[in-house]
Amino acid sequence: MISDITLGQFFPGFSPIHKLDPRTKIILTTLFIIEVFLADTPLLLALMLLTTVIMIGVSRISFAVVLRGIKPIFFIIIFTAFFNIFMTKGQGEPLVHFKIITIYKEGIIRAVFMGLRVIILILGTSILLTYTTSPISLTDGLEILFKPLKKIGIPVHLFSMMMTIALRFIPTLIEETEKIMNAQKSRGADFSQGGLIKRVKALIPILVPLLVSSFKRAEELATAMEARCYRGDKNRTKLVKLTYKPLDFLWFAMAVLLFGGIIALRILPGHISPDSLIYDILFYKV
Amino acid sequence: MKEIIKTKDLCFSYFEYSDNDNVNQAKIDVHALVDINLTVNEGEYLAILGHNGSGKSTLAKLLNLILTPQRGNIFIDGQDITKPDLTEDELFDVRRKVGMVFQNPDNQLVATIVEEDVAFGPENLGLPREEIRRRVNFALNTVGMSEYSGHAPHKLSGGQKQRVAIAGVLAMKPKVIIFDESTAMLDPRGRKEVVDIMEKLNREESITIINITHYMEEAARADRVIVINDGKLIMDGTAKEVFSHVDELHSIGLESPQGRELINELNKAGLNIDTDALNEDECTEAILNKLKAI
Repeated sequence: MISDITLGQFFPGFSPIHKLDPRTKIILTTLFIIEVFLADTPLLLALMLLTTVIMIGVSRISFAVVLRGIKPIFFIIIFTAFFNIFMTKGQGEPLVHFKIITIYKEGIIRAVFMGLRVIILILGTSILLTYTTSPISLTDGLEILFKPLKKIGIPVHLFSMMMTIALRFIPTLIEETEKIMNAQKSRGADFSQGGLIKRVKALIPILVPLLVSSFKRAEELATAMEARCYRGDKNRTKLVKLTYKPLDFLWFAMAVLLFGGIIALRILPGHISPDSLIYDILFYKV
Repeated sequence: MKEIIKTKDLCFSYFEYSDNDNVNQAKIDVHALVDINLTVNEGEYLAILGHNGSGKSTLAKLLNLILTPQRGNIFIDGQDITKPDLTEDELFDVRRKVGMVFQNPDNQLVATIVEEDVAFGPENLGLPREEIRRRVNFALNTVGMSEYSGHAPHKLSGGQKQRVAIAGVLAMKPKVIIFDESTAMLDPRGRKEVVDIMEKLNREESITIINITHYMEEAARADRVIVINDGKLIMDGTAKEVFSHVDELHSIGLESPQGRELINELNKAGLNIDTDALNEDECTEAILNKLKAI
């Protein structure tokens, strides 16, 4: 059944991450992305990896499920690693030198480093945002966060209304697609055989009625919304109000602490003798 | 009794392009409604009958100004809503007073959670949060959907979705609710749920109910029935009065409720059952009494 697909990969739950205000999560995710890009030493990267692992633990979503999320970007990771291995020029003797292929130690280190960075980035953002935030509260959070943009003429409320309606109608349209497919199948249509072109052609009789009915739905919905006094965000109030709770401030504090730590560890190298062993361990530059 | 809706010589027409001539598409003037004079009193339970294309839905859409009439006047709660200088606030006040439940339950629910959908109307009215909460609870309670307040609309049955839609209208505290063929897409059970709620709202909340339908059994339950054919109001009276004009109804493609039809047929066959019964139980009883008497 196609209606079984989960929307935005959201896993409902009651963990401390699930309970966070969507605005908190959006801000923390942005911060997390910056932190990952600031992390340019093995130590900092290890710190980010640890943060991510702790967050996965806190979210109570199983590691197996989370790791499955990397699958779609596996190719990108391999691709970047591949380029880093062969394109990085290092000092000293190359490890492998065979015709046009030269591999340096630095290349391998860089490949591992970049791969890890991408993995941490994906894991961290999905745990903080997509896996633990329902699409609708994400929309609410975005609407409030972007409200200042209204002043420069961006219709923030309309975008959020469109998102909400899209989310509301995805299951309805999936249901309808299934109905149309069954109707076509019962009259001998075949969606599972033949080459790519044949299969794409078989989709046309599904998409056309679906599109027509979507327009009809849109018109009826617009009428229904008008009948219920909808006039944009003019004079409009909300039933649910987002409020920051102590938990949100705790997470903000931790995020700021982590951010400060990373900045400190980036500045510190100038104050430790570059010849010492500690320097090499801590601040190996890739 | 107070007049809540009054129309005076109401006319509505629209243009349609003829299909048969693609080169010189002729504009055809379709008269959807012609000189409708209708008065509805506060607290009435009214059914509007008519076959497809008779103009009954057009009439409904005029009453809360989703469509604008070309000619004639509409008075809602004593106020002329067809005056040219109607302000936007007045327009939205009309829509608040005259709520509407549509045919397709899927195409009138906006939010992804039941209670947020019910809150949509009050939110648009700009009410304070506590008041919205109170109204949502009241509305969901009245239609018996409180336990589903946190559910997603697409997981509900047709009848349940339609009840949520009613709650959404109810939360705006309307004086009139128009049901525009709201039961047409429902199964018999869902249909019964919706009609039961209509009657409950009429009796307990004294809301004026206008049920536009082509189910005769539903119309028979209303206090007053009007029949529209080809854009003209042709019958107006109690259900029993209207359904006694059997031949006239048949001539415009309408029937009486099935029990009544059966009695008419039996009478034609010479049984002479003398009754104005409309609903199933009454009809059964009338036929039974006649058979016992023979």
